[in-house]
Amino acid sequence: MYDIENYYNAESIKEAVSLLKEHPDARIISGGSDVLIKIREGKMAGTSLVSIRDIKEMQGVTLMDSGDIYIGAGTTFSHVTNDPVIQKHIPVLGEAVDQVGGPQVRNIGTIGGNVCNGAVSADSAPSLFSLNAMLRIADGEGGRTVPIDMFYLGPGKVDLHCGDVLTHIIIPGKEYQGYHGHYIKYSMRNAMDIATLSCSVVSKVNAETNILDDVRITFGVAAPVPYRCKKTEAALKGMEIGEALYEKIKTLVREEINPRDSWRASKEFRLQIGGEIAARALRETVKLAGGEPS
Amino acid sequence: MIGKSIPRVDAYEKVTGRAKFTDDLAPKNCLVAKVYHATIGNGIVTSIDTSEAEALPGVVRVITFKDVPNHCYPTPGHPWSVEPAHQDIADRNLLTGRVRYYGDDIAAVVAEDEVTATRALKLIKVEYEEYPVEINPRKSMYGTPHPIHLDKKDNVLARSNFFIGNVEQGLKDSDIVIKRSYKTPIVQHCHIENPISYAYMEKGRIVVVTSTQIPHIVRRVIGQALGIPWGKVRVIKPYIGGGFGNKQDVLYEPLNAFLTTLVGGRPVKLDVTREETFCNTRTRHSIEYDLTAGVDKDGHLIAKDMFAISNQGAYASHGHAIAANGLTAWRLQYACPNIKGEAYTVYTNCPTAGAMRAYGIPQAAFAIECFMDDIANEIHMDPLEFRKQNLIQGYYQDAYLKPIAANTNGIFECLEKGAAHIHWEEKRKAYENQTGDVRRGVGMSLFSYKTGVWPISLEIAGARLVLNQDGSMQLSLGATEIGQGADTVFSQMAAETLHMDVEDIHIQTVQDTDITPFDTGAYASRQSFVTGTAVKKCAELMLHKILDYAATLLEGEERTLSLDHGWILADGQKVLSLEELAMESYYSLTNSSAITAEVSTQVKKNTIATGCCFVEVEVDLKLGKIKILDIINVHDSGKLLNPQLARMQVEGGMSMGMGYGLSEQLLLDEKTGRPLNGTLLDYKLMTTMDTPDLDVDFVELEDPMGPYGNKALGEPPAIPAAPAIRNAVLHATGVAFNENPLTPQRLISGFKEAGLI
Repeated sequence: MYDIENYYNAESIKEAVSLLKEHPDARIISGGSDVLIKIREGKMAGTSLVSIRDIKEMQGVTLMDSGDIYIGAGTTFSHVTNDPVIQKHIPVLGEAVDQVGGPQVRNIGTIGGNVCNGAVSADSAPSLFSLNAMLRIADGEGGRTVPIDMFYLGPGKVDLHCGDVLTHIIIPGKEYQGYHGHYIKYSMRNAMDIATLSCSVVSKVNAETNILDDVRITFGVAAPVPYRCKKTEAALKGMEIGEALYEKIKTLVREEINPRDSWRASKEFRLQIGGEIAARALRETVKLAGGEPS
Repeated sequence: MIGKSIPRVDAYEKVTGRAKFTDDLAPKNCLVAKVYHATIGNGIVTSIDTSEAEALPGVVRVITFKDVPNHCYPTPGHPWSVEPAHQDIADRNLLTGRVRYYGDDIAAVVAEDEVTATRALKLIKVEYEEYPVEINPRKSMYGTPHPIHLDKKDNVLARSNFFIGNVEQGLKDSDIVIKRSYKTPIVQHCHIENPISYAYMEKGRIVVVTSTQIPHIVRRVIGQALGIPWGKVRVIKPYIGGGFGNKQDVLYEPLNAFLTTLVGGRPVKLDVTREETFCNTRTRHSIEYDLTAGVDKDGHLIAKDMFAISNQGAYASHGHAIAANGLTAWRLQYACPNIKGEAYTVYTNCPTAGAMRAYGIPQAAFAIECFMDDIANEIHMDPLEFRKQNLIQGYYQDAYLKPIAANTNGIFECLEKGAAHIHWEEKRKAYENQTGDVRRGVGMSLFSYKTGVWPISLEIAGARLVLNQDGSMQLSLGATEIGQGADTVFSQMAAETLHMDVEDIHIQTVQDTDITPFDTGAYASRQSFVTGTAVKKCAELMLHKILDYAATLLEGEERTLSLDHGWILADGQKVLSLEELAMESYYSLTNSSAITAEVSTQVKKNTIATGCCFVEVEVDLKLGKIKILDIINVHDSGKLLNPQLARMQVEGGMSMGMGYGLSEQLLLDEKTGRPLNGTLLDYKLMTTMDTPDLDVDFVELEDPMGPYGNKALGEPPAIPAAPAIRNAVLHATGVAFNENPLTPQRLISGFKEAGLI
């Protein structure tokens, strides 16, 4: 039995925005896989809810003529994973969200909810950061588009104001075309778990010169919000593919990230794992680009 | 019928959802009770204000520790002892103002629904005087400023010891003396159904329907806790979703029984959350061991010494029985002329530890079997050879607790099967000198386990058979089906002895202390052995009665009568159907006498089961990950009653054993004693995705003590995996981890220390 005060069901983005403005204390619920847990734990007990799960215009994945990919915020993890556009153009994202919880959670949880929950451990986040995703937010007026790294403000805090609804996640064409990505979730279990540390690497390899033309490295759970290793990226760009590259990413990443020391895992442990998974993820993207014989 | 893999008799009910569990049965008008838990780890309540909670609409009653009976009661699921010296420690009230662990029960709310009850809890205001928290038994045992229980000034609940021969002399006579320390974690049972009960009153008596392994003991303890005659209490146990020993303890049933008496006997449901299950029910004891052994140069054990400290937590529950069981295991199985053991059980400000599958032996076996590998390593001997050299072949009897004995002993055959499966010799050699970041190893461990609790405690079981008009029968037992398949094997037993079809045995799965015969319940791997003895005797009595009655119906028949699948035979020829006989017994105008049989039997026997685990692992040094490539448990549990069920039992145990070895531990905050990871997210119970394919094999020796040649199988499967995995990691990496579970964190630290990464 959940302690829910009122429940309002929105059937359009417009209606969702006006319901939220009308009931400023109400929270948005989509799949419920985060919100219901918080209600049960008591953190959000007694809250009112505005449901956006019936809003059709927020579901599904569309490849625009421009090459940009629009992912409806209400698209469930399993739909993202199984979507042909995702599978063809940005498989790293589909693979990442396929590591959330278990099948039941992936069938109800949505990618928008994953982002708006603001958890640093969100399985979608590192890959969305590494893909330079843009977030489209409706507010009943003109709306706005925010780069994902500006959206995360702190643990559990995102740049949403009263009446704001995240409607779409946009992956601009230039950010994925010619790139390959790989996500590694390091957790204590192979399912039903939250990342102890996670890393998504998206890279562009010049197959002719065997040079790493571009690389984006994002960690989950290495800082209060998902963290792009920009220093490491800058240092690796232009390097030749080879063991020296993989050793260097380990060293630089360990210098750049600043994970927590907690009962869940020590800082020393996370640094060890961080370097290791970054190198393994990079190696995998190089393989995908055909840059290294597998 | 014995030895056949018939489908579980409750399979269809359970998979279709027809089987009724406690929550399915709770009446619609049930009130809901919630417990207010302390938010400090040690201290006293200086003030408590419930007025706001009481004023909340929908709240029916709020009580605090000031309102409960002022006498203590025991909770463990042991048979009661009529000798005061052997009675369980009574150290708990229904609610308390003396907080002994983080989460202790201070007050309770009864409300019309769950949301109201939860909201009311938040309105209770409590002030405390805090005492320092001590969760470490090695410190707690020297006393704390405020003893956790006043009658144990040094916080030592109990101490026991034993000795055989002269260990000091034996160590002097040894060529090599080895000392090691091991530690096991607090873990939780994680049965799928949390403990739940509902209680109501009927004709001045209290009825409690509860998810328990031990209905007759729950009845007794409710009587003791409330200070009322035991006959005023009726306990009903429907289908339950697992117990693993947590429900071999009386948990919130007495409080629930008390609450219904305060609300005019209206039904009150007390359903605890998963978080409460972790913190406020029971756990498995964390035990620390200091082991010493002396061996000669050929690898024979000359002397060995065990010193154990068991972390009891805040209340006695099963108490010292757990650590003491480990001491017994130290004496068994391996031949050694000089053996000494000493164990302390110490109160701390931790959640209360109680019974959990295999009752102290997973802890002891982890220490003992890691130690056996460490000794073998020291003397450069193959660990399997070293064990074989010291294992007792054939019969042996415990030196102290007679008649506990290995009446049959299949350990060597078990080892042979396990070693062959894992390709022991070949792989021990192949993985000897590995380099690289990913390494493989093979390891093994073994165990012995008693069947039931005799002679430490009473063993008694009851059974009743009633012949129906159609020639079928009801079988009623006080023993409980808790998911292990008890109902199925009991049905097979009755069918076997009565020469009937198992479909004609209708076992009553619900235990009701008003109706079902007396039995102490499911624990100690006892039921197929002890209750099985009662079933056999009851079936024999029933057979005798049927044949006697047949003789009266077949006056003049001189041939020998027998029963065979619905027919009375005379020298093997059908002469009368059982149905006709049954109809006569009910409706004959001259000699009707419905046929029933009931026995209550004491069993003064015990027999030792044994087995082993062999495992192959792959260790990713730089990620601190262990992958199990191959794992097998081989068990000697006597004759298998139902091989398919036996295999399932072993697979479940292996899963628990692997979790114990790799990932499960309940962590507590040192300052407050608060569980850090008391949820199924943070407590890393293995999932299907973490579980490798499991192999299971058996050595079937017909045990002369078991009613059908059987001996313990319920708990043993959970024992050997953890030390076997640890030993395999030792083989793979050369690093000896002396504390389980082998978490990535622990592995990375260990590998760094060893210079491997």
